[in-house]
Amino acid sequence: MNSVSATNSSAVPAFEMRNVTVTATRDASIVVLEQVNWTVEAGDFWAVAGLLRSGKSDLMALAAGISRPARGVHHLFGQELVAGYEHERLALRLRVGLVFDGGQLLHHLTLEENIALPLLYHRGIGPDVSARIQALLELTGLEPWAASLPSAVNRNWQQRIGLARALALKPEILLLDNPLTGLDPRDVGWWLDTVDALAAGHPIMDGKPLTLVVTGDDLRPWRHRARQFAVLRNQQFIPVGPRDQLDDNHEPLLQELLALEMRSLPRTSKT
Amino acid sequence: MRTGIVVPPEGSDTAFFWKGSLARGYFRFFGRLLVRFILSVHGIGAFALITFGVMLSKIGIATPVIRPMTLLQIARAGLRLLPLATFLSLALGLIVIGQTVSVLSRVGANELLGTIMVTTVVRELGPLLTALLVLCRAGTATVVDLGTARAMGEVEALEVLGIDPVHYFVVPRVVGMAVGMFALTVYLIIGALLSGYLWAFLQDVPLSPGDYFSQMASALSGLDFVLLGAKSIAFGCGIAVVMCYHGLAQPLTLGEVSRATVRAVSQSIVFCVLIEMFFIVVYLLAG
Repeated sequence: MNSVSATNSSAVPAFEMRNVTVTATRDASIVVLEQVNWTVEAGDFWAVAGLLRSGKSDLMALAAGISRPARGVHHLFGQELVAGYEHERLALRLRVGLVFDGGQLLHHLTLEENIALPLLYHRGIGPDVSARIQALLELTGLEPWAASLPSAVNRNWQQRIGLARALALKPEILLLDNPLTGLDPRDVGWWLDTVDALAAGHPIMDGKPLTLVVTGDDLRPWRHRARQFAVLRNQQFIPVGPRDQLDDNHEPLLQELLALEMRSLPRTSKT
Repeated sequence: MRTGIVVPPEGSDTAFFWKGSLARGYFRFFGRLLVRFILSVHGIGAFALITFGVMLSKIGIATPVIRPMTLLQIARAGLRLLPLATFLSLALGLIVIGQTVSVLSRVGANELLGTIMVTTVVRELGPLLTALLVLCRAGTATVVDLGTARAMGEVEALEVLGIDPVHYFVVPRVVGMAVGMFALTVYLIIGALLSGYLWAFLQDVPLSPGDYFSQMASALSGLDFVLLGAKSIAFGCGIAVVMCYHGLAQPLTLGEVSRATVRAVSQSIVFCVLIEMFFIVVYLLAG
């Protein structure tokens, strides 16, 4: 079993999984990953890559506390994350933010209302709340569409609103599930710049660096950004290690996901 | 008896019927219905307990979010149904008076007109018709709305934001539908009683408005008001819980939403009839 602990081992890790079996969020009878041993220290920036249906979204859902491990333990800031919305559990849960693949906005709320929802629910109405909503809208660059329903804007913009919603309550850990899937180059640039700023300490988070985990099916955009890497293959979570060890690692999937050129596929002859 | 000649595709809902003999098939059919009914009662009962637990434990929490949603649900289940309820109340008055006037006139018992209106409209038809109206208009929309939200992963989105999906999705709908149902029932009954007199007047029944309403007043008791309120709130809460259970409690895909809606409507109708039967027993015991 592999275990990776990146930085200061004396501090409490941001989250830690020990011998965890990850099941599908939609169907707990389907095992997607087994024997996951993963320690994410505060301030780390992880990139986790895998092909389609490798379990990236389910791993993120478990890390965020939406689903429970079928086996093993998942600790968040040293405490086991159990189901429930009581005050102590809630306080722990709100230290993690998750940006879903596609945003998963509430379809009956406008973009602005989606951002406002966690603030209004947990903090109530107030001038500081209104100012925060406005600042988050400005971060996304979607102020002209603030009153639109999610169905009126494209998926990429929904995902931006998903990021603003996840940042609303100033979490300490931010999990981004497939943030770059299906984006045009300009949107990719926006996401990379924003994630870089969040890792370094964005003004919207009062300059405090976030602990970041991003997933994707292509490691190239993250190669010079993330500090720790892992791949998902054959129901296994395979830690690769820090950035400077990437080239020395002979994990075949890692090399495939880091390859600069797509392999040329054999031409199929018409019959 | 031999099995059927036409064999349905594998996985068909009726496949079990063709596999055994006809008699055995009937046993299986009713057995399966019974098991499904018990499982549904168990699931809906547990969901109702969770909902009322959340409702009580989270009173006053997140009011800037929950209050507007509750008001919206009251509007959906009550206010927006007012035109249709008015039309139905006119029709209900016509149906009851139209059928009874000719019979009562023949035996010279027009003084029973008010009593009949109270017995049929206030105690039985008014609440039941309102329940069916709310079920068709607001109830089905609830399953589709929540089923879509479930299929689109919105429940998970709420969980990660630390928002209890039952508090956010179910509580406003249960409260809204109960309040909306109660208000709509009152309006529908008042409309039916007024339209009842209108139709009696048009049919030249020798009955003054004062007599008509004093007949009704003497037929009504305090228990009628209490049970009317309790019944309409029970209908509202029950329909909302059944609808929310089918829309939210199980993982759904978009393709399954229509089937969930059909199942929810069927079970809500059964639930309404059970509530109706319960209150008839209460009336009989109290009377």
